[in-house]
Amino acid sequence: MTGFPLISLLTLVPFIGAVLVIGIDPERRKLARWLALGFSFAGLALALVLWGRFDSASGSLQLEERHLWIPTLGVQYHVGVDGLGLLMVLLSAIVVPMAMLASWNIEDRVPIYFSLVLFLQAGLFGTFTALNFFHWFIFWELSLIPAFFLIKLWGGPLRAPAATQFFIYTMAGSVALLLVFLALFLAAGTFDFLQLADLGRKGALIPLLSAKLGWHDLTTRGLALALFAGAFFGFAVKVPLMPFHTWLPAAYTEAPTGTTMLLTGLMSKMGVYGFLRILLPIFPGEVHRMLTPLLWLTVITIICSASAAFAQRDLKRMLAYSSINHLGYCLLGLLAVMSSSRMAAVPAVEKAAALNGVFLQMFNHGLTAATLFWFVGCLEARSGGARGLHDFGGLRKVAPVFCGLMGIALFSSLGLPGLNGFIGEFLIFKGAFPLVTWATALSVIGLLVTAIFILTILQRVFHGPLNERWSRLPDLTLVERFTVLPAIGLMFVLGIYPQALLGVINSTVVRMVEQLTF
Amino acid sequence: MDWIVQKLWLIPALPLVAAGLSALLKQRQRRLAAALAIGAMVLALALSCMAFVSALQHPGQGSVVRQGVNFFWFQFGDPRNSDAAVWLGWVLDPLTAVMLVMVTLVGLLIFIYSLGYMAHDDNFTRFFCFLSLFAAGMLGVLIANSLLLLFICWELVGLTSYLLIGFWYHKPSAAAAAKKAFITTRIGDLALLLGMVWLYSQTGTLLFYDGGHGCLEQSALARLVAQTTTLGMAASTGIALLIFCGAIGKSGQVPLHVWLPDAMEGPTPVSALIHAATMVAAGVFLVARVYPLMAAGDGGGGAVAAALQVVAWVGAITAVFAASIAAAQTDIKRILAYSTVSQLGFMMRGLGTGGVAVGMFHLITHACFKALLFLGTGSVIHGCHEEQDIRRMGGLRQFMPITFATYAVGMLALSGFPLVFSGFWSKDEILHSAHGWSVSHWPFYLGVFGALLTAFYMTRQVCYVFFGSLRSRRREEDLIPLPGSTETKSEPTHVGCYDVHESPAVMTWPLVGLALLAILLGFVGTPAWPWFQDFLNGERAVLAPGKLAEPATLWLMALSSVVVISGMGLGWWLYGRKPQTDPGALDVLERARPDIYALLRRKYFVDEVYDATVIRFNSWWARSCDWWDDWVWNGAVQLVSYAVVGLSWLNRVFDEYVVNLGFDRGCRGLTEGGGLMSRLQGGGVQGYLRVIGVALGVLVLLLLWGCHAS
Repeated sequence: MTGFPLISLLTLVPFIGAVLVIGIDPERRKLARWLALGFSFAGLALALVLWGRFDSASGSLQLEERHLWIPTLGVQYHVGVDGLGLLMVLLSAIVVPMAMLASWNIEDRVPIYFSLVLFLQAGLFGTFTALNFFHWFIFWELSLIPAFFLIKLWGGPLRAPAATQFFIYTMAGSVALLLVFLALFLAAGTFDFLQLADLGRKGALIPLLSAKLGWHDLTTRGLALALFAGAFFGFAVKVPLMPFHTWLPAAYTEAPTGTTMLLTGLMSKMGVYGFLRILLPIFPGEVHRMLTPLLWLTVITIICSASAAFAQRDLKRMLAYSSINHLGYCLLGLLAVMSSSRMAAVPAVEKAAALNGVFLQMFNHGLTAATLFWFVGCLEARSGGARGLHDFGGLRKVAPVFCGLMGIALFSSLGLPGLNGFIGEFLIFKGAFPLVTWATALSVIGLLVTAIFILTILQRVFHGPLNERWSRLPDLTLVERFTVLPAIGLMFVLGIYPQALLGVINSTVVRMVEQLTF
Repeated sequence: MDWIVQKLWLIPALPLVAAGLSALLKQRQRRLAAALAIGAMVLALALSCMAFVSALQHPGQGSVVRQGVNFFWFQFGDPRNSDAAVWLGWVLDPLTAVMLVMVTLVGLLIFIYSLGYMAHDDNFTRFFCFLSLFAAGMLGVLIANSLLLLFICWELVGLTSYLLIGFWYHKPSAAAAAKKAFITTRIGDLALLLGMVWLYSQTGTLLFYDGGHGCLEQSALARLVAQTTTLGMAASTGIALLIFCGAIGKSGQVPLHVWLPDAMEGPTPVSALIHAATMVAAGVFLVARVYPLMAAGDGGGGAVAAALQVVAWVGAITAVFAASIAAAQTDIKRILAYSTVSQLGFMMRGLGTGGVAVGMFHLITHACFKALLFLGTGSVIHGCHEEQDIRRMGGLRQFMPITFATYAVGMLALSGFPLVFSGFWSKDEILHSAHGWSVSHWPFYLGVFGALLTAFYMTRQVCYVFFGSLRSRRREEDLIPLPGSTETKSEPTHVGCYDVHESPAVMTWPLVGLALLAILLGFVGTPAWPWFQDFLNGERAVLAPGKLAEPATLWLMALSSVVVISGMGLGWWLYGRKPQTDPGALDVLERARPDIYALLRRKYFVDEVYDATVIRFNSWWARSCDWWDDWVWNGAVQLVSYAVVGLSWLNRVFDEYVVNLGFDRGCRGLTEGGGLMSRLQGGGVQGYLRVIGVALGVLVLLLLWGCHAS
């Protein structure tokens, strides 16, 4: 516990960077870009150091720092990472520099833009490492506000309503979360996630609620359910789960490409992370009781979002819906874990498989979706804003490297074995099938429709006769190739050698499965 | 354990490395790309032969000998639990050995052939990269000792099939065909995925053979059979059927056969390698690989396992269905495509009714003669300048003697011409086992009818292409597409066959090699010396010429000979006797029965039915999801936002008109009141005194009044 405060430093570095960059003269764009990129790489380096210090064999929280902050409220500054937190920190550290490189061509108010991205990164690092609600919530909001301004100031033509809806919707979720945690604080007297989870696991939360808290003539169970519903809403908006997703297509479409990468790659993971870190440990009984309706929502999310993606004519909107679909699999996996409380050996294996799959899927989707949006951003920059499904055709002829690499990313999104997407989906389906058979079987439809619309993209954009409008479309430049090749390489590595990540997260998963009892 | 068993992974790895390297090559490094691909294939063939020899050296005594290596892939749960890790592995058994040699040999011949066929293509390098990738995936499927590894390679093969069908991606038809192929097979693959995770959850392993713990071994199968699931079906049956769905997709069985004929949009060597000889046979191989699972539950009083019955029926129906369609096609490659579908149906029926050896024997012989036919077709198309319509050909035997001779061998083998050709023996075996099937005789009757049709349509095709006289020459100037041929056109340019020529040696030598195989292979599986079958079953083959003379065998051989010869005779009588002279003339069948001909020519309208149902439903569903999203969910959110805005507006009204206005009024009242009051304090002393006087008077009066009253 004593020792170098690595995690605090990790969060601090992008924060300092943000403060420095925002002070740069707006005309000195190059300096702002390079400085911001440097800080994001420093973040990456620190995340790698964190990985190096991390003991994969132990599933418990590590590198913890705990300091008293506001003693009267029982607020502590408490941070630490386990496999899940580390995975998310690594993902953030990888995606943020990519997003910065994707934003390289922004010319308007450059220092502010890059400073906001760094603020967002600080918020993300803080969210993924905080273990006390008090500062966790500050970071949670800190990541939301820069995202709002990024969409609002640098977005597409319809950015204003998109940004407003995004902000208000997620804000409503945050308010719900805040209220829930105030109620929990009144009942349990602590904001600490670990202590709350402990109470939730032992079933002690409900007696506490009945002793300390009453609201009109709601029964205690009803109250617990209401609290669960509030927290669920807060996270479901972020994931998003249908029907709380309507902010997403507009926000993803209107945001500048770099911001969309952050939104889809990282901020959607905050929702799933919240499920895993907060909702399931604190409210296991409630999740179990509401399992059937939640599974229905998940299945509807998976199928309808894939189908809706197929109906889109705008590449960004297609990928936005596809994002909803992919995160639906995460929810399927984590709900499957809550389907049975028996601690026999067989369900434990299946639960571990599903949960490992969820972790992998989070990472893989973050990587793949961010890369795909990067490609669409490239296309948009070259075509002067055109990004309709039918605007192109035959691009393979003029831009073979672009099409080849984007094809790899698309097939990764489709879940082709050998690339990263497959392992996560396979493990989720493997674990979920015996636990929640019907929901898993129905979810397969989502996989099929995903294949259909991804191949439609390939067919319409890359294949067919060359659209003469784009006969001079340049292929990827050398810099662009070096930007995207690490991501593509990672897709192959994780598809062929998934143990690289599973080794990091497996102990955490095993421990989580043991602890998720009710 | 043999060295080759340890190093079996090299066989798929070599083409994989070749593919990876040639992906990095520049477009103009053509020789290097071809050398890499062919070199890797030669080495893979050498290793496969070593594997084959190794398998030969371990003859089983009534049971199959399997050697393999399993390795750890990743851990996904408590390390103390042995089920919480994924293991992969490879296995060498007679089935793998035979398939390895077949795929590498046929593959190598087709690679060499492609040197000539693709010589003028701009993307020559890319072509060999994809071919090598395909070979890697296909060989991986063969050696996999884990359903998961098999599935991974299976999907890789599907991907390369997609890439190669759409190789000429600038053609919209090729792009569409590639997509159709991938999605149709994906439907089957997803069922396979479900079957796989089900199997995994039931047995805790996906390794086929693992020293008694594998999912195809006795203890796991016994558990699966004992489990019953919905509809009273054993878990083994459910899993087997889901896995079979994967095979249906890949092997183009009804109802997922629609992609295979369209796949002919790819270059002809691709059609030969992937869509005739190897990949489409992977479905048959899969069934053969998981045969213990398919047959599980068998033996309860001699009853045939439900899964195997399904396999047999699907195969039997597909065989006749596709063969009848083939009889009315005019695109030279599509005829062969439907023929492939039909022959794959024969193999499935063989597996279902007679077991692994029966189906696999036909797979191997078919791979050789169908590859031969496709390469012959490629040679014809090449010689005729990309002409694919058989009505515009004719009399080619004068111009292309080698192609004709080898094609004739392939055609006779496919038709099952008696005694000399391999197709006869392998088909005979299938008919024999179908005849002895205890469930129903219909697969046998369908098989006989299918054999008749096969002989008929092949004769028709050969008559059209090689006999008579060249038909397009007369109509050089007539470039109008023939009636009904627009959909089958593959090349946009249509120059007709003016200058028909024999193909170069690099293309004809592979034909000769395959033709030899198409003849010789039959002799390793005759009833007199069933070496092939015994090898697969792990037994020692015995030469027993007497078996040929057994009445049952003899009767069946005679029957199938009669059927084949009458089919060919019918074809000759209709098409060969008086060859067509005008490419625009109606087909003989069309003149006789236009309704039936149209039905067959339009492939029983299956594509149209799918378009009207599945595809229309899918796009309708997608649009309604989108609509639902825009209007219902988004509408709900908008309503909430309007409600909030309305509430704020009410609030404002209340503020402005109630709170603010009231406050303002109050203030004004106070001011006005103050003004009024201030007037009272005018400062005039007389006034004050006057008021005081009056008030005093009033007070006195009041007091007096008060006293009086009390």
